[in-house]
Amino acid sequence: MKRTALFVLIGLFLLAPLASGPYLLSLLTTLLTFAYLGQAWNIMMGFAGQLSLGHALYVGLGAYVSAALSLFWGIPPILGVFPAMAAAALVGSAIGFLSFRFAVKGVHFTLLTIAFAEIARLTFQHLSALGGTGGLFLPVEARTGVDLIHLRGDPRMFYYVILAMAAALFLACRALMASPLGYRWQALREDPAAAESLGVNLLRVKLAAIALSAALTAAGGVFTAFFYNALFPDQWFGLGYSIEIILAPIIGGLGTLFGPILGAILLTPLGEAITAVTDGLGWQSAGIKPFCYGVCLLLIVKFLPDGIWPAIRKRLP
Amino acid sequence: MGPKISRRQMVAGATAAVFAPALRLSAAAPLKVGLLLPLSGALAREGQSCKRGADVSTGVLAQLGLPIELTVADTETNIDTARTRAEKLIADGAQVLVGAFDSAHTMAVAQVCEQRGVPLIINIAAAPNITEQGFRTVFRNFPTAGRLTTDGLSLIKDLLSVTGLKVEKAAFLHNNDTFGQAMAGAIGKLAPGLELPFAIGETIAYDGAARDYAVEIGRAKASGADLVLMISHGEDAIKLIREMVKQRFEPKAIISPGSPGMYEAQFYKTLGKFGDYAITNLPWINPRAPLSKTLLAAFGKQFPDALFEMNVGFTFEAILIAADAARRAGSTASKGLLEALPMTNLSEHVMIGGPIAFDGKGQNNNIHSAAIQNRDSRPVVVLPNENAEMTPVLPMPGWQKR
Amino acid sequence: MILDQVVTGLLTGLIYGLLALGLSVIFGVMRIVNFAHGEMSVVAMYAAWAAARYLGLDPLLSLIPIAAIFFGAGYLLQRGLIQPFVSRPDYMQFILLISVALILTNGALLVFGPEARGIQVDYAFDSYEIGTFLIDKVRLLAAGAALTLTGLLLAFFRFTLTGKAIRAAADNRTGAQVIGLDIGKLYAVTFGIGTASLGAAGVLMALLNDAIPRLGPELTLLSFVIVIVGGLGSMTGALAGGVLIGVSEALAGTLLQPSLKSMFSFALLVLILLLRPQGLLGERS
Repeated sequence: MKRTALFVLIGLFLLAPLASGPYLLSLLTTLLTFAYLGQAWNIMMGFAGQLSLGHALYVGLGAYVSAALSLFWGIPPILGVFPAMAAAALVGSAIGFLSFRFAVKGVHFTLLTIAFAEIARLTFQHLSALGGTGGLFLPVEARTGVDLIHLRGDPRMFYYVILAMAAALFLACRALMASPLGYRWQALREDPAAAESLGVNLLRVKLAAIALSAALTAAGGVFTAFFYNALFPDQWFGLGYSIEIILAPIIGGLGTLFGPILGAILLTPLGEAITAVTDGLGWQSAGIKPFCYGVCLLLIVKFLPDGIWPAIRKRLP
Repeated sequence: MGPKISRRQMVAGATAAVFAPALRLSAAAPLKVGLLLPLSGALAREGQSCKRGADVSTGVLAQLGLPIELTVADTETNIDTARTRAEKLIADGAQVLVGAFDSAHTMAVAQVCEQRGVPLIINIAAAPNITEQGFRTVFRNFPTAGRLTTDGLSLIKDLLSVTGLKVEKAAFLHNNDTFGQAMAGAIGKLAPGLELPFAIGETIAYDGAARDYAVEIGRAKASGADLVLMISHGEDAIKLIREMVKQRFEPKAIISPGSPGMYEAQFYKTLGKFGDYAITNLPWINPRAPLSKTLLAAFGKQFPDALFEMNVGFTFEAILIAADAARRAGSTASKGLLEALPMTNLSEHVMIGGPIAFDGKGQNNNIHSAAIQNRDSRPVVVLPNENAEMTPVLPMPGWQKR
Repeated sequence: MILDQVVTGLLTGLIYGLLALGLSVIFGVMRIVNFAHGEMSVVAMYAAWAAARYLGLDPLLSLIPIAAIFFGAGYLLQRGLIQPFVSRPDYMQFILLISVALILTNGALLVFGPEARGIQVDYAFDSYEIGTFLIDKVRLLAAGAALTLTGLLLAFFRFTLTGKAIRAAADNRTGAQVIGLDIGKLYAVTFGIGTASLGAAGVLMALLNDAIPRLGPELTLLSFVIVIVGGLGSMTGALAGGVLIGVSEALAGTLLQPSLKSMFSFALLVLILLLRPQGLLGERS
């Protein structure tokens, strides 16, 4: 049943560009970006139980590193993605190491991730070599052909790139969950003390989760940089973006493989649907859409406290 | 009431005569304009003031025989939403887009427009790079940061020479946001070449999100500056001036070389007499242009409490440019608009400056700044002379002498 | 000049302290991190503005009724919405309060519009001059009020029966239930007190700042920094944290570039989290 659902889903996404116009394609690209970023975040929180509210830090790092490499040294993103991921993994590990060494846990750990993301945002605001708050711009070339090496092409190419990334990450996470490392993560999440007594090296397991999650998030940042071609610290390092990233996996079902995807499938069109309804009703006041979005979010967490996917799974044969 | 209407009609009639050929087309289908603005989120205030300019445009343009159908979309100050809304407007039949206030969002929308072959007319967004990307569909009727600064600083020289005021040292306070940093960079680069009659002493970059500016003003005061140059964003200007009064810091002049903040309704309401005599050098609505009078009349009727300012003017002009292109193209199709837009030569418009025309990059270089001084809680053009409503008053009277 | 700034920072810090106190009380007792904290205090700023605009009330007078209304609202919010989430994982609490924050921010935008709303008091521009020293009158009054309210709250928790019961419930929930305390009611009262103090802080801040919808997230972050520095759950810690952040931001702005002010706070936050996670005045659990 799950397998059939998966194939249907992948098939639908593969064929979508044939049937959809540019508007729908644009919406689906956003949807897949959040599915991808949510999945990457889920490794750290859902699998290993480390609540990060500063994941925008890794999106921003990935975006800025790859963009700078391409702008200043002509290194194409297909190569630039590796140093970008490495940089994020390094920063993530450093934060993870510090938090482990000084036993920062729970809410304190979450606030630590926020603090580092904010420090990065303020630092990049003052890095004039990378444009500061004035922004870093990648040259936009004619977007017709398909150039995967330089990540240049039409919106359809970007759609398939993020689809491939999201699908690959999904499969990788499935493999990871069934791997020894995956079991150690679950042990860390459920009962760290017991895991340690069974011989799990908590530091190593924790660092693996954070580094992997950070690196994969940074790859999403590389995509974002070349998709938008304009980088501003407030945009990609901001707390607002960190919050956007974690909504889909939590609403979809934390720690599940389908959660981030289902969450994104629900939340991205939800905004559009609310706009359509309020416009249809003639409610033109600005702020009505985010207001209704907040109400919907509230109702979802109130009535589906475990997320959508666990609720669906219960009803599946 | 009666005479007021007849006067307005007269002005409208005079302006309509300029656009006379358009009247033939008035029966044709209206041009579908999609407007993208940050109506909610962090930039809601700015977005909504732009929207007021758009709200009056439909009626004013109809009077001129330029029928448009306007759809407004909210970017929510979010880049993904800005991009998606742009796609949606085009999917719903928008033939030209106007927007999007924020430089990051404007870049995102510009790429959608470039992809779809739909023209984008930028109402406001100062990042120079937007018109350096080789876009074929992007037209900007707003000065770049460099242009704003050059004009802003030369006007300071003019102000000093007209009023005979001597200042020695300036403190430069700027908001460290996208716009503020671009302007500060331009000032650093351009000031030496302009031979300013004063030195720029302390430069203070501040965080727009800061809750108070006691430290910032304390530093400016301690530097011994007698001129304050200020690049603010909005309500930060209120807090800065209030702090100056409280700390009894009495500069001879407070001048913004081209930023929002000191000419806004809230500024006047909160600061009252303390807001007077501050000067802003920026593109402004030409109070003497006939079309400005028509626009002002329509604006005053629809928004009696709102201030008629730059955001209103540029948003109106962006829509006017689109409508004019449709008239000249004799068609509302995007393709025709794209052919007509580079040939734009609009001498009858509302902002100060020469006729609206675009260079090869889609930039209008004919926009000129004016010096606006606050007098009795109202922005008044004081320079250049041909547009002036009053003569500039400097030095400012002390805070306690008002 | 540095001394001037230190005094200013100190006074501002007292108001920050009252603001953060609300967050600390709620966390200390029911382990809920109120991510809508700043947004709620912005609503209080609007309430103060409306009271001044339509009733002609000086914020120093409307302080008490607004705090009382906020107490009631907080009590009901806890009972109606938040109580079931007390025992749920922190990420669910987080999403719940983020939705509340979204609703409040955009509700404020819908009701009051995007323009900044400032309160006009006739002493808005006054300052006291003591030698070469200048003290801002509004700031002094607001800080005085904040200090008084903080003192009253501390006395409430120390000397009243309800206050003692709440502290008991915070220290040992099961134990408190065993001796027959109504935990649900105590939690609601606590949430009410937390919102009342952030409401009062919001009213005082409205004297120094214009109300604008987007201020919310800034204030939430600020409150977090303060309570962590002072000690999450510690009441005197919140006050000390407020003053410390107020003064250090003023000093950072004087000695470094003012645009780096908040960077300094975050760096301090990181240091405290690593070296003294219980905060300056918190007790290690």
